[in-house]
Formats: sequence, structure tokens, C-alpha cells
Amino acid sequence: MSEQVTGAQSLIRSLEAAGTTEIFGIPGGAILPAYDPLMDSSIRHILVRHEQGAGHAAQGYAAATGRVGVCMATSGPGATNLVTPLADAHMDSVPIVAVTGQVGAAAIGTDAFQEADIRGITMPITKHNFLVTDPAEIPRTVAEAFYIASTGRPGPVLVDVAKSALQAMTTYAWPGELNLPGYRPVTRPHSKQIREAARLILESRRPVLYVGGGVIRARAAQELRVLAELTGMPVLTTLMARGAFPDSHPQHLGMPGMHGTVAAVAGMQKSDLIISLGARFDDRVTGNLDSFAPGAKVIHADIDPAEIGKNRAVDVPIVGDCREVISDLVVALKAEADAGRTGDYEAWIAFLAGIKKTYPLGYDRPSDGSLAPQYVLERLGAIAGPEAVYAAGVGQHQMWAAQFVGYEHPNTWINSGGLGTMGYAVPAAMGAKVGRPDATVWAIDGDGCFQMTNQELATCAINDIPIKVAVINNESLGMVRQWQSLFYNERYSNTDLHSKRIPDFVKLADAYGCVGLACESPDDVDATINKAMEINDVPVVVDFRVHRDAMVWPMVAAGTSNDEIKYARDLAPKFDDDADVELRA
Amino acid sequence: MSIPLNTKHTLSVLVENKPGVLARIAGLFSRRGFNIDSLAVGPTEHPEVSRMTIVVDVEQSPLEQVTKQLNKLVEVIKIVELDGAASINRELMLVKVRADVDARGQVLDAVQLFRAKVVDVATDAITIQAVGNADKLADLLRVLEPFGIRELVQSGMVAIGRGSRSISERTLRPVTIPAPPAVGG
Repeated sequence: MSEQVTGAQSLIRSLEAAGTTEIFGIPGGAILPAYDPLMDSSIRHILVRHEQGAGHAAQGYAAATGRVGVCMATSGPGATNLVTPLADAHMDSVPIVAVTGQVGAAAIGTDAFQEADIRGITMPITKHNFLVTDPAEIPRTVAEAFYIASTGRPGPVLVDVAKSALQAMTTYAWPGELNLPGYRPVTRPHSKQIREAARLILESRRPVLYVGGGVIRARAAQELRVLAELTGMPVLTTLMARGAFPDSHPQHLGMPGMHGTVAAVAGMQKSDLIISLGARFDDRVTGNLDSFAPGAKVIHADIDPAEIGKNRAVDVPIVGDCREVISDLVVALKAEADAGRTGDYEAWIAFLAGIKKTYPLGYDRPSDGSLAPQYVLERLGAIAGPEAVYAAGVGQHQMWAAQFVGYEHPNTWINSGGLGTMGYAVPAAMGAKVGRPDATVWAIDGDGCFQMTNQELATCAINDIPIKVAVINNESLGMVRQWQSLFYNERYSNTDLHSKRIPDFVKLADAYGCVGLACESPDDVDATINKAMEINDVPVVVDFRVHRDAMVWPMVAAGTSNDEIKYARDLAPKFDDDADVELRA
Repeated sequence: MSIPLNTKHTLSVLVENKPGVLARIAGLFSRRGFNIDSLAVGPTEHPEVSRMTIVVDVEQSPLEQVTKQLNKLVEVIKIVELDGAASINRELMLVKVRADVDARGQVLDAVQLFRAKVVDVATDAITIQAVGNADKLADLLRVLEPFGIRELVQSGMVAIGRGSRSISERTLRPVTIPAPPAVGG
């Protein structure tokens, strides 16, 4: 006969059995029974200051390690505070499991104290969710939650457990098998589709590899490099895929989209074949869909069949795991190459190299000698290097971080791409540092974002999680201000945060037991970053007081065509004329 | 006059019989902006499986998105689009018609013509039960309307493919996945 345990003990044992080594969370009434056996568990629980921080930390942990991140909260407001991270993880396909307490089974539906229907609330923003009222169901539910979160297209799974189930006696048995008749993700691509894709690749004259976050989730960066080098095709990496292909690689055109490089945007627009690998033709990449890459055929590989053909019609759909798809493409194209059949992309590569040279990423130094935010990120990338992990918030600083840091490895760039969650950086960096304690982890934050979640500095200081935070302080909601500059006649409605005056970020860091540094001159940037790099026992916050009128360029205005890309304000690159001349040759 | 394109599609959806499945499906349709014409749910020959018949009003390419998004729901086991010609579809209607002594004979004639059934009688009204496809029920209603319809209730459509093949028997063999081994024993 199996040993009798409480549901709470069964929950903690199940989490251990599923491989959980860290949980980010906050206790409360309904989840309280689970916190008692947690004290005796091998699992390290990190007590955060806000449940949103727990959720983003689980995301950062998962994004940096590839393992499932776990967060825990109580019922009602504890659970609803997880809504933003769950929605964020859902958009960016991050494998996390959220465990929440629920009021006792008998009280469900009575508007009991701290009751919220979190399963109902999170149905549209989780990959799947469960409500457990029978303690015997706990091990199987936890096993299914981890399996669903981490397989197929990864995503968040919520397990809501009634307090009565945590308190009741039950037996613990880890399931030998799972029965999920409706869940069968296809990972092996169809060989016919691979052959068809290989044929199109060889026929095309202007192909691009459009690489999305799926390549990182599938751990396919190495395979991607083999495919790229075998064929010579140009590569572009989306915001979610920065690091999937080395920025230093000559075939890399950079990031496409609203703030992408001119070369990457031209590479899409002028292409005759887009090979989409784990990307989803997001509106921030395509701009106006009707005029997006009008001459391109599309090979679309994704593990989620619903992404294929959702936004852009597809010529060759491939359902499968990116690593398997790319490996199969390599085999097919190698066989063709051995038989003497390779693609002819010479004119195309030369054309794009010209664009890349004519329109490199760049920025103007402010004439008054004040600090350019882009310069800070350029130097941060150079000094902290490509082995460090960078977690960004959302806005201008995020775009500059994506553009100027320079990424060489997957899982070193962590950000909120789909949902665009301000306040993501600090807790995500905390999670990344817990998952990869030996790595240098920089949170790159804006002054707006930083004020949304900086309470987790306390968590970091107390739990020996020495992250580093670069606050790009332009005392504004900078991206919104940029749009006001460009599209609202410089009427700056409610975007001035006065954050060079209040709060004092250096004192704030000090109050949180962190080291606070400030820097407002370009001459001090290197020394300040070096100083921050030397501090490894406590978190460091650097207040980079930058020029407030810097803007993110290039830019494709929302809803317009990628052909309307502006290299800088009122400056349109002329890749159209170039294309006609050079590609006809 | 242009011929309207047929944008109605009948989907048979096998789902796990678990709490919240209907909410998941209804929520998916509303948040993705798909229109449901009707939806009927009931048990099947397998106690752990329910079957939904959903009539959607969309063109072909959004229909593909509907089925792909439905398939992503973990509790959705299988989706089959039933072709009108190769399937039987039926709705149930209960209608309370004003019928005093003078009109009753005419109402009963209509009931007979449509092979409907009288299921309740009052002094000034009768309640009719009719089963059929949407067109037949609409025709019956048109005939009854002049007498005065006091109350009307209709089920969603249920549908099944013709012939001996079953959409459920092969799909519902249990598929088990080896669970990941417990870490640390």
C-alpha cells in the first residue's frame, strides 16, 4: 500500500519529480498548505515581492536555460497578478508552469474571500490549464502540465489546486504514462515537403532565411548555421531570434521589421523566396501585409500548424520541429550539392551586401555632448561581451539593445516580444541569473519600465542573485514620446516621467541593498560599465542619464509598407532603384 | 442576381468530456472573431468523449484557421468537416402555435404534411415537435406563422456522415505517452 500523504505533500513531490529545482512565488491563504512541505523540499523557493515578478522570473529562467520555469501564487489577487506573465509567455512560447492555490472545493463559485476563477480567466492566455479538486489527480496533472508546457510549441500551463485538495489525505504515485488523446504535436517534417522546399531553394535567385524564436526554442542554432553556410543564403533574425545566428557572421543581415536594418527589410521586400523558420509573420515584421514581400514565394516551417498560412499565403508548408526541419533540409540540400546542384545567389548577395554597407545601423551623437543611449548599449555589448545574458524591458531601450549589443549565442537575449510587457527586464534577469548563476546577467531597462517592477531588486539582494541593471534613463516613456514626435506634432501628452529628478535611482538602489552608479557623460561610460562588471556579490544598478530626444531608426511606421522604411527621419533609403538595376544584371 | 457563396460549414468535433471544454471552445470562437451559427453538444458511444456539432459561417481560408485553432486545444481530439451531401443533419424544433377550435384543423394538416408531431394540446394552442434539416423547419414555420406563433425553441444542428464509416472508432483507441521519468527517484 502506498504511503498516505497530504495533497500538499503530493504537490511538492510531484514538482520535484517533474525536475523543478527553483520556484518563484509568494504564499497566501489558499496555497499555504503547499508552503509547509516546501520547507523540507530540495526545491529552492525564491520569495519575490510581487507575483508578476514571479511569473517573469520563471520566464527569464526558461528563456535562459530552455528548462521549464515554475512560479507559485495564492488564489484571487495572487493568481490574477500572474495574468500578465502568462499572457507574455503565451505570446512568446515560453515554457512555464504556474501553480496557484484556489479556495476550497466547497467554496468555489460562492464569491469566497480571495476567490477568482483563474482557470476561466487564463483560458485564452495559456497553452492549457487545470483546476484540481481531487488530491489523487495532483501527480498526473503536474506531469501533464510539464509535458504540455515543454513539448510541441512551448507555452505556459496553469495548475490551480483547491485548498481542500491540498489539505486532504491521498496517496502519491508518479504516473507511468499520460493519456492526452487530443495532444499530439507533429515534430517530424514530411519528407515530400522537404524535397519541395529544397527544389524551391535551388530554383530561387533571391532567397532569405527568415529566422524566428522557434529556432531558439528548438535549440536549432547550430543546425541553422550549417544550413546557412551550406547554401550561402542571407539570414535575418527577428526580435525573438536575436542570437540564433551570430551577429558577426557575414551572411547576417540583422533584424527585420519596424526597427529592423535596411538590409534585412530589403532582403524581405526584394526576395523571391522567404524560408520562414519558427517565425510567424508578425505585423511588426511584415508592416502592411498587402505590400509585404510581393515577389516572394514562401516556405513556412513551424511546429504550430495554425501559424502556417495565418497571415501570409504559403507555397510550401512544413509542420515540424525547427531542428528536425533544418537538419532534413541540410541533408536534402547536401545531396543536391553533391550532385552538382546549388543555388545561384551571387547577384543577390552582392546587392544586399551593398545595402548593408550603404545603410549600416548608426546613430548621431548629441551635439551638446550629452549621452547617446545607443552608445551606452554599444559599449555594454562590447564590454560585457557575447557570453553575457541580456534581458530587456519594452520600448526604445529594447530596440537599441536588440540593435547595438551584438549577439553571438542563442538564449542570451531575453525580451518580451509579442505582448510587449513593460517591466519585464528586472524579474526576467533575476530568473535568468537563477537559472545560469555563472553567467553575467544584465537587465537593460528604461526608466519607465524600471519603475514598474524594480521591487524585485530586494529579492535579488536578499537571495544572492547579483544581476546588473542598466537603466537607460531618458526621463520619458521614450517610445511613446518618439511617436508623439513623429505623428502627434511633438505634443508630449503624459510621457514626461521626470525620472532624472524623482526617484533618485542611485539612492533607490542603495535602499534595496544594491550598488547604485550613475553616468551621464560619454567619457564615463566604459569606466562605469567596468566598475559594474567588477561587482559580483550584490546587484548593481546603473543610471545612464541619456539624451531624451534620441529616436529608434530605421523605422517602418505602423501599418505602412516595408517599402516606406525610413533610415533616419525624412530619409528613405533607395534600395528600390538599386534593386532594379543590379538584380536585372 | 449573384448566387451567394455557401459559407456555412458543419464541423463535428470530438472532445474530452471534461469540465470547461465548452467554455474553451466558445471562448476560442469569440476571441478569434469566428461566427457560430449553432452549436450542439452531447455524449457519444464513449463515455469519456463528447461530440459537438458546430455550424460556422466563414469562408474557406478562415475555416482552415478555425479548425487549426480548435485542434490546438488540448481537449479537442478530432475535427471532421461534414459535407452536406454525404451526411445527415437534423435539428429539433418545439413550437407553440395559437390554435382555437376553428384553426386547429388547418394546423393539424400542416403538422401531417411535414410529418411533425403534436406533443401538447391546450384549449387555444397546440405544441408541435418537428425534426428535420434547417430548410424543412423553416418551411414549416412559414406555414404556421399565419396562425400565430406563441413560443419557439430550436436545438442546434446535429449531424452524422452517411455510410458505415465512423469518425470516432479509430481515433478513440487510447493513445498513451510514456510520462517523463520522475527526477530523483
